Amino acid sequence: MRRLRSLGTIALVIAATLALTLLLQERYHHRILTLVLLWATMGLAWNIISGYAGQISFGHQAFFGIGAYTTVLLILSVRLTPWAGMLVGAAAAAVAAIVIGVPTFRLGGIYFALATLAYPLIFRILMDFLGYQEVPIPLATSRPGFYMQFADPRAYDLLSLAVFAVTLLMSHWIENSRLGYSLRALKENQHVAEAMGVDTFRCKMVAYVLSAIPAALAGAIYAHAILFVVTPDAVFGIQVIVQTLVLSLVGGAGSKWGPVLGAALMVPVSETLDATIGDVLPGIHGVVYGLALILIMLFAPEGLYWRGHALLRRRHAAPGSGRRGIAAPSSPSRPVRATAVGGPLLEVAGVSVSFLGLRAVADVSFSVAPGEILGIIGPNGAGKTTLFNALNGFLASARGTVRFRGERIDGLAPNAICRRGIGRTFQVPRTFAHLSVVENVMVGAFARERHRGPARELALQALAFVGLESHADRPPVGLTTLDLRLLELSRCVATGADLILLDEPLAGLSRDGVTAILGLIGRLRAAGFTVLLIEHTIRALLQIADRLVVLDHGSLIAAGLPGDVTKNPLVIEAYLGRRWLRHVETLRT
Amino acid sequence: MIFFTEAVQYLITGLLVGGVYALMSIGLALIFGVMRVMNFAQGDFLMLGMYVTYYFAAAGGVDPLLGSLLAAPLFFLVGVVVYRTLLVRLRKGRDPQREMDAQLIVTLGLSLLISNAALMTLSPTPRGLPSSYATTPFLVGPLLINQARSYAFLLAIILSVLVYAFLTRTDLGKAIRAATDDAEAAAYQGINVSRMHQVAFGIGIALAGTAGGLVATYHPITPTVGMDFIVLMFVAVVLGGLGSVFGAFLGGLLIGVVQSLTLLFFPLQLQNIAIFAVLLLTLYLKPRGLFGQRVREV
Repeated sequence: MRRLRSLGTIALVIAATLALTLLLQERYHHRILTLVLLWATMGLAWNIISGYAGQISFGHQAFFGIGAYTTVLLILSVRLTPWAGMLVGAAAAAVAAIVIGVPTFRLGGIYFALATLAYPLIFRILMDFLGYQEVPIPLATSRPGFYMQFADPRAYDLLSLAVFAVTLLMSHWIENSRLGYSLRALKENQHVAEAMGVDTFRCKMVAYVLSAIPAALAGAIYAHAILFVVTPDAVFGIQVIVQTLVLSLVGGAGSKWGPVLGAALMVPVSETLDATIGDVLPGIHGVVYGLALILIMLFAPEGLYWRGHALLRRRHAAPGSGRRGIAAPSSPSRPVRATAVGGPLLEVAGVSVSFLGLRAVADVSFSVAPGEILGIIGPNGAGKTTLFNALNGFLASARGTVRFRGERIDGLAPNAICRRGIGRTFQVPRTFAHLSVVENVMVGAFARERHRGPARELALQALAFVGLESHADRPPVGLTTLDLRLLELSRCVATGADLILLDEPLAGLSRDGVTAILGLIGRLRAAGFTVLLIEHTIRALLQIADRLVVLDHGSLIAAGLPGDVTKNPLVIEAYLGRRWLRHVETLRT
Repeated sequence: MIFFTEAVQYLITGLLVGGVYALMSIGLALIFGVMRVMNFAQGDFLMLGMYVTYYFAAAGGVDPLLGSLLAAPLFFLVGVVVYRTLLVRLRKGRDPQREMDAQLIVTLGLSLLISNAALMTLSPTPRGLPSSYATTPFLVGPLLINQARSYAFLLAIILSVLVYAFLTRTDLGKAIRAATDDAEAAAYQGINVSRMHQVAFGIGIALAGTAGGLVATYHPITPTVGMDFIVLMFVAVVLGGLGSVFGAFLGGLLIGVVQSLTLLFFPLQLQNIAIFAVLLLTLYLKPRGLFGQRVREV
C-alpha cells in the first residue's frame, strides 16, 4: 500500500517534470531544469552509499568525473558516440567503485570519509598531468544527435529526466528490498547487522557500485549539456561534491525524496543568484550554501524531508493502544536443515582467546546436544561474553575449533555463522534505533528470506511468538528492558536459527520479567530450539538449564548436571571465595 | 655529489615548510582529539590568519612574524565565539555519533561561508607580503635557505613546544587531555568537558590563525587558499594518528619533507600525488597512524 503510493508520487514527479519541459520557453530556464535533474541524480547516487548505508563519501565526484572524461575522451579518440560512451563510462565507474571499495570499506567512519576524499583529488592531478586540462567536445556538424548535441534544450531536459527517473526508481527499489533493510541496519550498528546475518561488506560494495553508476551517467550528460569543455576542476573538483552534499543534506539524507527536494530548492536559488548578482559578488552562491548547511544542522539536522515527514506523522498519528496481545503459543516456522543424526549440535574444542597476552578464554571445550538448554555461569570477567563472541565469529583471533552440525564454523564471518543457524542476543540489548520494531525483526528474517513480503510475515510470526506483535510498527526507543529483550529474541528467532545464544537475558529485569523470559526459553525448547545462555546468578539457571558449564578466569572449571555443579568445591570457591569455602567445609564436618 | 647537495637542499626546504604544517596540524589534531570533529574550516581560519597578518603589515607596518603572533589571541576569541554560538548548540540530547556528524557538517558549512565571503569582500587577486626576508636567502655552503621560511619554521617549532608544554604541564592542559582520553571519566573527576571543548577549539583556531600568518610570509594570499592547506592538514593528522597532537606535529614535518622530496623525482604537477599516496597507504596499512589513540572496539 505504502509502496504503491510512493510509486504514484514518483509517476507524478516525472509527469510534472515532463509538463515543465514542454511549458518552459526560455533557454535559461531549461538549463536550470536540466541542472536540477542532474544534481538530483547525483544527490540520489550519493544517498545510496552515504544516506542509506551511512558511509559518508567525500569523494563521489570521482565517478561523476570518470563518466564525463570517459565519454568525451572516447569521442575524441575513436569517435564513439556518447550514447555508448556514457555506458562505457558507467562501467568504468563501477569498476572504479570496486577497486576503491575493496580496500576502503575495511575502514569505518571518518577514516572511510577521508580515504574517499583522496581519490578525486588524485584523478584531478592525473588529468592535469596527462594533458587533459581542457578537453573541448568537438562540434558535430553532421549527425549532431548521434553526438548528443542538440539545438533544442528540451532534449537535454529529457535526457536528464530519463537518468533521474531510473535513479529514483532504483532508489525506491533499494528502500523496499532486502538490500535497503540491510544497509539501514548496518548504518545503525554494523556488528549487530553482521550477527543477524547481514554480509555487511558485500552490501556496502553493492551499494557503492549502484551509487557510482548514476553518478557517472550524470557526469557524462553534464559534460554535453552544460560544460562543452571538460576540465578536471569542473568534474573532479571540490565544488561537485559540495553541491551534492549540500543539496542532499538540506533535503535530507536516507530517503529518496531528500536529494530531490534539496535539488529542486537549492539549484534554482544558486543559479539565479549567480546569474543576477554573481558578477558583483562572486561567491554569493557559496555563501548561501554554507549558510544553508549551518542553518539546517541547527534547526533540522535530519533534513527538510524528514522534518516534514515527522510533522505529518504527528498530525495523523492515532492514539494507538500499546496493549500487549496475549502471547500466542504458536511456534514460529523454522527452516528444515539436515541434522547429523545422533551427534552434538555444537562442539567446542580447545577454544582460546587472548587480548595482548591476557587469556580471556583458555582452552575451553564442551558440546551442546540438540534441544538442550545449556547454562554458562561464572563470575564477572570469567570470559562468558568473550566465549560467545568467539562462537558467533566476532573474534576472528579466537583459536580452537568449533563445529556446528559437524561442520567447522570457526574462522567464518558472523553473518555466515548466523545463516548457518546460530543466533545471538546481547548483554545490553542492541536494537536498530531508527527502524521500527517489525523492521528490526525483518533484518533477522532476511537472513533466510530474500523477499520483503514473506520476510515481514516471518517477522510478524516471530513477534507473535514472543508476544510483541502489538508493538510492531513503533520505534524501539522507549520500549521497556523486557520488551527490548523480547525484541532481540524475536529478531534472533526470525533468522531461522536452531541454536540461540542468550547473553544474560535476565539482567535488569523485574521478577515478573524474569518469569516471562524463563517461560519463553521453555517455549523455545518446546518449539525445537537449542539454547545456550549466560547468567551469573545461578538460581535462575537451576530452574531451567539441563546442564551447566562453569567458567572462571577464562577456564572451564566444571561441567555437568546443575545439582552436581553447585556442590563442586571449585565452583563454590570461584563464586564465594576461599574463606567461605573453608566455612562451608567446617559446617560439613 | 650534485644530486646529494640537491637532495639536502630539498630536505631542508621540506623541513622548513613542514614545521609550519606541523603547527597548523597540531590545531586540527587538538580539536579532533577533544571533540572528535574534523574541522573542515581549519584551512579557512588559516586563510583569515594570512589576511590579518597581511593587513597588520600593510596598514600598521607590523612585522609579519609579530603580526602572526598577535593573531593568536584574536583567533582564540573567534574560536570561542564560534564554539559558543554554533557548535555547542549541536550538543543537546542527541546520540553522540549524530552529534559529531552535525558538527562536522557545520564546519563544512562554515568553510564554505568563510571562503566565499572572503571571495566576495576581498578580491580574488593574490596578494603577497612586502617583507624583505622573503627574497633574500641565507647562504650555507652550497645551500640556499629561505629566510622567511627559516623564521616561520623557528617560530612554529617554539609555539609547538609551548603547546606541548601547556598540555603536559598545566592543570588546564591536563584537564584537556583527560577530556580527550575519556570524556565521561573526566566529567566524573569534576572536569567541565564542554568548557574543555571550548578551550581546545579556541586554541586550535588560534594555531590556525598564527600558522596562517607564518605561511603568509612566503606564500601568496588568496581567499581560497584554505582548501589547499586543509587537505595537507588532514594527511598530516591521519599520518600522525587521529587525535594525537605529537603525532600531528611529526606528521606535518613528514608531509613537508615528502612534498619537497617528491620534486626530486617527479614533475611539479605530481607533487601532491605523493601526499595522497601517503594518506591512502597510512589509512590502509596503519589506520591509527604513527601515534593514534587506541580506539575501543565493540
